[in-house]
Amino acid sequence: MIHLSNVRKRFGSSDVLRGVELALTPGRVTAVVGPNAAGKSTMIRCILGLTRPDGGRITMPDGRDVSEPAARASIGYMPQLPSFPANLTGNEVLDMLDALRPDVTPDDSLLRRFDLQPELDKPVRALSGGTRQKLSAVIAFRYRPRLLVLDEPTAGLDPLASSVFKTAITEARTTGVTVLLTTHVIAELGALADEVAFLIEGVIRFAGPVETLLQVTGATTLDAALATLMQPRRQPLPDASLLYGRLGGVSAPRLRGAFA
Amino acid sequence: MSALALPQHSAFALARVVATHQSRDVMRKRWVLAYGLGLAASGDILLRLAGNGPSALVSLLNVVLLLVPLISLVLGAAALYGARDFTELLLAQPIPRRALFLGLYLGLTLPLMAATVIGIALPFALERAITADTGPTLLLMLLVSALLVGVFTALAFVVTVRVTDRARGLGAAILTWLAMGVLYDGVVLAMATAFNAWPIERPMLLAMLLNPIDLARTILLLRLDVAALMGYTGAVFRLVFGSAAGPGIALLALAVWLVVPLWLGARTFDRKDF
Repeated sequence: MIHLSNVRKRFGSSDVLRGVELALTPGRVTAVVGPNAAGKSTMIRCILGLTRPDGGRITMPDGRDVSEPAARASIGYMPQLPSFPANLTGNEVLDMLDALRPDVTPDDSLLRRFDLQPELDKPVRALSGGTRQKLSAVIAFRYRPRLLVLDEPTAGLDPLASSVFKTAITEARTTGVTVLLTTHVIAELGALADEVAFLIEGVIRFAGPVETLLQVTGATTLDAALATLMQPRRQPLPDASLLYGRLGGVSAPRLRGAFA
Repeated sequence: MSALALPQHSAFALARVVATHQSRDVMRKRWVLAYGLGLAASGDILLRLAGNGPSALVSLLNVVLLLVPLISLVLGAAALYGARDFTELLLAQPIPRRALFLGLYLGLTLPLMAATVIGIALPFALERAITADTGPTLLLMLLVSALLVGVFTALAFVVTVRVTDRARGLGAAILTWLAMGVLYDGVVLAMATAFNAWPIERPMLLAMLLNPIDLARTILLLRLDVAALMGYTGAVFRLVFGSAAGPGIALLALAVWLVVPLWLGARTFDRKDF
């Protein structure tokens, strides 16, 4: 499990994360969703070690805090907008990142599936946006990560590449890789996500399986369920214990109590 | 397998990986080539106009003191802002922040140092103008120019890690260059004129130590022994330290100017939220 325990972050007078509690299960794809400025990016940056939380802890399955460089060896990251040194070739970029993890034998399977090798001798500045996105995906998967953080991963990928990529995610999941995904594409979320973590105003309002989200909100579609979560509450939603009872078999920590 | 073995790999080795690849990228940038060629062309023209003697070096000194800080600070900062997204990707890799900072710093600074040194030395070599008369001074100029590159790229790092907004950061870099390279000596002279009834030698000396460009100018002019071009602070410096000890003290001060911004930049980078 990757645990976020009471993670807090403030920028100036703005409380961006207000005690985020989340457990990411191995072999599951968790989609982080929420309205704009909910704190999603900050939460992901905290997990990646780019932003230091003011309080709380984020620990990897081996117990290491993500602020330790060694903990990041088991993280694969695919940013929303891939950016590489323009004058290096794709091969040089891969060589550089390979050299930062000298003990890992790089996994070239996604590279082959994308048929990217012929493009890798060109300088990055000569690559199309889609090819850079593929290179970014290859890097995320290359070092056999235990946690994959994918930020709007299919934006810019053509349908074929997108399909190859989704297959890679599904396969990674079956080998026990934890996947954290952000996306605004509901169809993608529905196709890939096993779990949803709904973040609003710096707290997790819901964390649990997609099916539970649908049941709890009474919605028939994911977008309707998410829209329901975003609405201001006139009356309290069911207490977590009632939900656990009603849904039976859902692990308690995965549903956040009173839905705020 | 990978994560647990990582601590065996020294931070320096990881910094070297980053530096090697970053410098390869920087060396291929067109503006770096244009900068080196521009310096070489300036040196060539000055050699043709001023002859092969020290006077060509004095003229080149003014070009160097204006151009080297400008390129290192402003274009260095622009390059760092341009690489910010990739820097974030590197921050998500298993490399300590200090090592990453060092790698990025060396990756930017070493190619600029190389372009500067080659740009200055090439015309002298091609024109066979390296004589017993000019050789030691040229060597000192190369050393001081390389140090200036180091100082101003370190300042570029300080600016870019402290100012997130690219436009504001580049504005700050240009202002810093203007203040140090253009306005500083004028302001000091104005202060000296205004307070000429007071014993201001020590404040003036301090004023010189606070500006790396002034320090570089003084080091080279003390060597060339051209008092008329020294500026107010330089003249005070020579008065206090003399021509013998002066360059050594000024070089030491310039080295401090290298270390302090580097330390400040590394510290800020280490604590920064990206």
